[in-house]
Amino acid sequence: MKTQRSYAVEVEDLTVAYDAKPVLWDIDLKIPKGKLMAVVGPNGAGKTTLIKAMLGLLKPVTGAVRFLDGDSDVRTLKNRIGYVPQSGSVDWDFPATVLDVVLMGCYGKLGWIRRPRKADVELSRQMLAKVGMEEYSSRQISQLSGGQQQRVFLARALAQEAEVYFMDEPFKGVDAQTERAIVTLLKELKEQEKTVVVVHHDLQTVPDYFDWVTLINLRVVASGPVEEVFHEENLKKTYHSSGTLLRSVG
Amino acid sequence: MSSILALFQDYTFQTVALGSTLLGLISGVLGSFAVLRKQSLLGDGVSHSSLPGVVMAFVLLGSKNTEVLLLGALVSGLLATLLIISIVRHTRVKFDSALALVMSVFFGLGLILLTYVQKIPNSNQAGLKRFIFGQASTLLQRDIELMMICGLVLLALVLLFWKEFKLVTFDSDFAQSIGFSPKKLNLLLSFMIVLAIIIGLQTVGVILMSAMLITPAVAARQWTNRLWVMVTLSALFGAVSSVAGTAVSSLVPKLPTGPAIVVCVSIIVVVSVLFAPGRGILHRLYRRRKNRILYKLEGGVPNGSAT
Repeated sequence: MKTQRSYAVEVEDLTVAYDAKPVLWDIDLKIPKGKLMAVVGPNGAGKTTLIKAMLGLLKPVTGAVRFLDGDSDVRTLKNRIGYVPQSGSVDWDFPATVLDVVLMGCYGKLGWIRRPRKADVELSRQMLAKVGMEEYSSRQISQLSGGQQQRVFLARALAQEAEVYFMDEPFKGVDAQTERAIVTLLKELKEQEKTVVVVHHDLQTVPDYFDWVTLINLRVVASGPVEEVFHEENLKKTYHSSGTLLRSVG
Repeated sequence: MSSILALFQDYTFQTVALGSTLLGLISGVLGSFAVLRKQSLLGDGVSHSSLPGVVMAFVLLGSKNTEVLLLGALVSGLLATLLIISIVRHTRVKFDSALALVMSVFFGLGLILLTYVQKIPNSNQAGLKRFIFGQASTLLQRDIELMMICGLVLLALVLLFWKEFKLVTFDSDFAQSIGFSPKKLNLLLSFMIVLAIIIGLQTVGVILMSAMLITPAVAARQWTNRLWVMVTLSALFGAVSSVAGTAVSSLVPKLPTGPAIVVCVSIIVVVSVLFAPGRGILHRLYRRRKNRILYKLEGGVPNGSAT
């Protein structure tokens, strides 16, 4: 079973606490390159915390996170990691257009002080087209629906042209059509051999959308290929529930 | 009419008007960021808290030079900011309570010190009281030069870090994920806002200074959905109301400049909140009425214009 593999993300002994309360306990995780991975767990299980800690947005008590087999120095590493925060985490009444927000995806590559150029605008427009919102580029962001906000954040992440993506509940509050569009996008990213880590809530769709899954509830319950670890028994351990969680186990 | 003309040729008026225009411009620009970062109240806290610094600077250094007094204001304003931030970080006291607490303690302390200092001989000439309501007529050429230098530095910083300030104001988590430290940027921006407040103290005073910071920005936000337009408009509103306020206070005897400026900028904000297209109250009422009529006429679903 043990083969030489290259990993997009390796998490070692990660513990995160708010005040004195641990939110994540001794997390060990290896995410192989090129996987679409769902992070699944009940409310308050630490899914968002895990993503934020991996991105370095939260300071862990202990633990280390290594990206891309450590073959990248910290400065360029930032440009190889994309992030889609929860769309509710920002104030959408900010005076900016859709294109302004997507352009922010290029800021990392630009670095300090340098302004976006024509090529960046062009790239941002392409990414907007990818999420089906090219005609909205000059729209004020306060006029977007929840699904459109989500797509704009996705376009911004695509403009990062990263290798590893972290997405915090991209399916939250979107309609069926947008959900399908996002899934198509995820599969496209996979075809380009990118790694995508997605916080996900809908257990039923995990086997359809993803090929790798991590079940967490404070600790990692299981992590691996969907067909191996995504079954009733592990889910019960994750959700501490005795009822049936899956209508049909894929 | 001729009196207005004569006024604009008056040297003292030119100096005062130039000073307050600079102030309006600078506070308009930085106020936009304060408003968008939802830190409007912090400005109020900082300006009130700078009073004891002004008095202490006079007592300790014995100087009544504006630079020295403003330096004292800067120190005590920053001290108050740090205190507020650390109270929020280390206790369960919320931001608004911490702010009100620190602000009133500092301001009260300032008033006590001021009363005490009034009894010291020679202190009346120091004109410390002008920092409470501001006294634009005391602006000297060198004060204007100081404001110009600070203003140029602040504007240059805003232009230089435009992209970074925009990013961190909109989405600080994302900013951090791509390597722009929100901690550093927020610190810089806060420091710049504090500086803008301090240079306005002599003109507008500690009580009304936050109005100069917040009001033009709130008015500007009503008219546009683009950040650079908002910042430009805000600077313009600040500058225009400063000139108008200075002119009015020069024409009407005994009318203080600071409050006159604040009244002018308040008129702009009231007009903006009422009449601005899109965000204005009247426009929204009109739209709602139109939708209701449409709904009645169509006898069904109001068409696309509802959103």
